[in-house]
Amino acid sequence: MKVSVDIELRDIPGQLVSALTPISELGGNIISVLHHRDRKTQRGTIPVQIVFDVEESKLAMLLRRLRERGITVVRVGTERLKEAALVLLIGHIVRSDVKELIDAVDKTGFAEVVELFLCMPAIEEKSAAALTIRAVGKDELEQALEILEGITRDKGILIVRPIEDELLA
Amino acid sequence: MREVRLSIVGFGVVGRGVTEVIRRKRAEIKEKFGLDLRVVAIVDLWGAVLASSDGKSGNEIDVDKVLDALQRGKADGLSPRESLETHGIKVEDMQSLEVIKEVEHDVMVEATPTNVESDGEPGTSHILEALKAGRHVVTSNKGPLALHFKKLMRAAERADRKIGFEATVGGAMPIISLREALAGNEILSIKGILNGTCNYILTRMSEENLPFEHALREAQEIGIAEADPKSDVLGVDTAVKLVILANALLGLDASYKDVSVTGITEITPEALNLAKNNGYVIKLIGEVDRDGKLEVAPKLVPKTHPLNVSGTLNAALLKTDLAGEIVVVGRGAGGIEAASAIIGDVIRIFRSS
Repeated sequence: MKVSVDIELRDIPGQLVSALTPISELGGNIISVLHHRDRKTQRGTIPVQIVFDVEESKLAMLLRRLRERGITVVRVGTERLKEAALVLLIGHIVRSDVKELIDAVDKTGFAEVVELFLCMPAIEEKSAAALTIRAVGKDELEQALEILEGITRDKGILIVRPIEDELLA
Repeated sequence: MREVRLSIVGFGVVGRGVTEVIRRKRAEIKEKFGLDLRVVAIVDLWGAVLASSDGKSGNEIDVDKVLDALQRGKADGLSPRESLETHGIKVEDMQSLEVIKEVEHDVMVEATPTNVESDGEPGTSHILEALKAGRHVVTSNKGPLALHFKKLMRAAERADRKIGFEATVGGAMPIISLREALAGNEILSIKGILNGTCNYILTRMSEENLPFEHALREAQEIGIAEADPKSDVLGVDTAVKLVILANALLGLDASYKDVSVTGITEITPEALNLAKNNGYVIKLIGEVDRDGKLEVAPKLVPKTHPLNVSGTLNAALLKTDLAGEIVVVGRGAGGIEAASAIIGDVIRIFRSS
């Protein structure tokens, strides 16, 4: 599981190594470390953002070990939904219940609508919406898009999907 | 020097373009390829002009004279037949099939308009008749190829003649001939923008924030869209071209009814704006792959993607097993552009035979 933690370190030697040690002890793989020396807090601590991969079962233990070492953990973010796609909807979206569309994706458990931009030019005119959908994997993302396609077809809403290959390999 | 006698069946924008290109390029083609292109018959609904009937050169039509007569006649508000006759060119009352059968020539250029509803006629009959009479065929007419691909290829094989149809897809943009250029490769999938009218409309809608109807009217005013734009904007034209690519380049046995088609009539400026704000454009994309997926639909294309071409341009992205991805871009419409593809086909046929 990919995890992003924001911590604060005191400005004395050895603090960063001390913070990274428990991650490798528990078999985690560090993806990036951002050391924000330029954003020193009023308390005199330095914010550090670490992104790493670790087994889900070991995360609680890891956070405990960080705290035991006197490291302040400000935020823990786990990124479960790795794949994302933007789709456009064109039609009478609000009138035909946009919530139903979002619910249908969200209740799959493997995909969620994480962002929605809506543009309603005039009451009788068609609206346009841009939805960002995130899912745990590529197949799940495809499934979520198919669910969305099924519902929009029934409602007479046009769905515009991205072409499959985003870039030339 | 090899003499190549051509008939031109259908003398609209494309037929005239071919004649114009022959006029311009004849000496060059003689010198480079050793081929002397001579137009011996021109036939349209108004009748036929034959080499033997122009009275002067005897074995070929004076194309300068025909083009000038039509141009001057048009300025005077005359019909094509009146224009020709006023300028001393004899017009025979012969039908296209009769000319194809009776007038001796080597290659028939089939440039009648596409008709998908009427079983691809009269183009299909023209092509079959020409092959039967032992003539090669070069065509810009999509209908026959999209509806009867296998049948036409078999007829050509039986007659030991060739059919060139580069002009049916993408206008001047080379794509059918990539079969030879990529020989040894397997083409796995094709995605493309195959209709310049739709691409123009979407480009204008996006640039100027115009509603669909407005951009369409603008396209009609400058001659990019036809008076009846349905075939273009509903995605039919793209679907027909996609079927030709599926059959010719991927070896499928596809027909028009296999394609799932969505046009661009529902696209709004608001949708284009949302796409733009997220780093995308909307394009009408035709898509085919080895599993038989055949789809025409508006798609989100990243702004940095090579298929993001604007205006009336066409573009195609081919995935192959050895060469990876190949992209071609070019002008998809116009008489001279189509003629470029047709002349290329004619030269290829006679250079190799």
